[in-house]
Amino acid sequence: MAKGYRYFEAIEKHAGKLGILTAIMVSIGGLAEITPLFVEAHAITAVEGVKPYDPLRLAGKDIYVREGCYTCHTQMIRALRAETQRYGHYSISSESVYDRPHQWGSKRTGPDLARVGGKYSDEWQRLHLMDPRAVVKASNMPGYPWLAGEKIDAGDIVARMRALRRLGDPYTDEDLAGAPAALEGKTSLDALVAYLQGLGLPPEAQAAP
Amino acid sequence: MPNTETYNDRVVRLFLLAAAVWGVVGMSVGVFVAAQLAWPALNFDTPWLTFSRLRPDHTFGVIFAFGGSALMGTCYYVVQRTGHTRLALPKLATLTFWGWQLVCVLAMATMPFGITQSKEYAEPEWLIDLLVAAVWVSFGTVFFATLARRRIKHIYVANWYYGAFIIAVALLHIVNNIVIPVSLTKSYPVYSGTVDAMVQWWYGHNAVAFFLTAGFLGMMYYFVPRQAQQPLWSYRFSIVNFWALISVYMWAGSHHLLFTALPDWVQSVGMAFSILLLMPSWGSAANGLLTFNGSWQRVASDPAAKFMVMALVFYAAATTEGSLMAVKTVNSLSHYTDWTVAHVHSGAIGWVAMITIGSLYAMAPRALGRPAMHSKRSMELHFWMHTAGLILYVASMWTAGVTEGLMWRATDANGALLYPFIDSLIAVRPFYLIRFLGGLLIVGGMIVMAWNLWHTAEDARARLIKPIPVPIPEPEPHQVPAPVPARA
Repeated sequence: MAKGYRYFEAIEKHAGKLGILTAIMVSIGGLAEITPLFVEAHAITAVEGVKPYDPLRLAGKDIYVREGCYTCHTQMIRALRAETQRYGHYSISSESVYDRPHQWGSKRTGPDLARVGGKYSDEWQRLHLMDPRAVVKASNMPGYPWLAGEKIDAGDIVARMRALRRLGDPYTDEDLAGAPAALEGKTSLDALVAYLQGLGLPPEAQAAP
Repeated sequence: MPNTETYNDRVVRLFLLAAAVWGVVGMSVGVFVAAQLAWPALNFDTPWLTFSRLRPDHTFGVIFAFGGSALMGTCYYVVQRTGHTRLALPKLATLTFWGWQLVCVLAMATMPFGITQSKEYAEPEWLIDLLVAAVWVSFGTVFFATLARRRIKHIYVANWYYGAFIIAVALLHIVNNIVIPVSLTKSYPVYSGTVDAMVQWWYGHNAVAFFLTAGFLGMMYYFVPRQAQQPLWSYRFSIVNFWALISVYMWAGSHHLLFTALPDWVQSVGMAFSILLLMPSWGSAANGLLTFNGSWQRVASDPAAKFMVMALVFYAAATTEGSLMAVKTVNSLSHYTDWTVAHVHSGAIGWVAMITIGSLYAMAPRALGRPAMHSKRSMELHFWMHTAGLILYVASMWTAGVTEGLMWRATDANGALLYPFIDSLIAVRPFYLIRFLGGLLIVGGMIVMAWNLWHTAEDARARLIKPIPVPIPEPEPHQVPAPVPARA
């Protein structure tokens, strides 16, 4: 029997030691990669000009999340020539600091949406969401016609803004107080279109809806 | 003292049944969503039938419901056999079965209604996540309590992998799902943007590493030697691969975010560790395949062994492909395309499903008190349906992926892009049809397996089977584990 075996024997005959050593080994990689990002993240949030979503766009973003748009669309333009040529400037970290969860995605059955804002008219977006093949004949995207008949619940959005404020998003008391008025009479379709039309716009442009 | 201790195979049988059912359900949803990509009219303008809401049902259904049930069932079976002991905490063990089924039903029933976190492979909302955590801790408690009462001092390597699977998945699940609830059905993650992306892919990649690899390697290390009727090719090699696998995998998650806004150093570290991963991946695959050395004739006559060998070949192939795709040059082409889908499915249908099916075919007769499966011919049929479906699937999606990657970057002599996005979709539509046909064959095979298991379980349903007594070994104070070879 090899000399080193007794060290090994100490592990392979003790379930507790085996479990603890396993837990240590699996923790190192994640700690090494995530901790620095986590520390750095506080510096990134401070980028000037990037504001949290206004109530309508927040409602729209949550509909994007609810419908699972990330299964076919990315919001992450990679730093590659062919991508910047097709979609615009590559995405940077400070652009998604208010995205909980992030919507970078992993698959493009449809095109990237990181800078889709303003690329099409509101009316095109509306028609396309209701019936994609009415405007893009070869598309295989599902239609989302139910969004047009869905009223936004203002009370719910205020609760969401409050939760986001607890997580550090800089919503003011006025932002919260003004939310119900901003959502008056709006449907899920209005909200989603507002969200899409704001994607990738510079902060100044986003401030004026 | 008379030997009255028997193995607890009741809970194993329950998980076996659940795995067979979820396999058919999860893969059927997969075939349906594949059909929707080929024929979008199949979305029927109905919210809960829409592709984007159903796809998480497919991934959750096959990974956590089918894979999870198979893993928990075989884990309970293996830990008893390798420790020569009855399962500890039988009531808690039964509770883990019902708890896990409740998790699966709740998750699959809520996601199509828009109750989702939209974090890939971690879609269920916070209440279900809490339930998952509770069931998982119970599962770990039963497993380690059973290990604690084992009669064989030496812990067989399959249990190392099952143990790592349980510990790591608990860690990943909890860290990735820390959220602030807004209501019962909506929450926000504490992480945002880049940090959320890194945490998500640390989770996503290691769900592959520990749920879909370590757990199934545990299955492989028990059932492959059992089916080959030979000891493992090298026991020492399996241990070296264990430590390499569990420590290297955790670093590799960032290869899902190459060329993104993630800091460059994290991308490079992820890429380097992904290449290192070739070692434990090939090591485990080789160890399993070489275990068949000297009994290759069994592969011709035993469909369960066929499944296992094909699983190991696809394990080697998919992990090689994965390390390759983690190289920036390759990733710039492959990422966001259907090549990723091909890669995932050569791992999922090739490695995970085939090692599971092989192990279930090996375990089911023993757990169901029968000398063999009800129909060997239908096992053969299943093997060929599954293999044909797998090849159709992977070949079509691989071709589609490379087509997309090339079309997205193609430029004319002036440097302008050649194709609008929609052209790439039109180009790959025929492959979506082939993929759908491949999926149909695979689901068909799963139905054949379910039918075969149902008939094999006849005695169990009639409550005719006798529990198997635990072989209680003579106490050996200085037991030397035989499989460790002396240095040459």
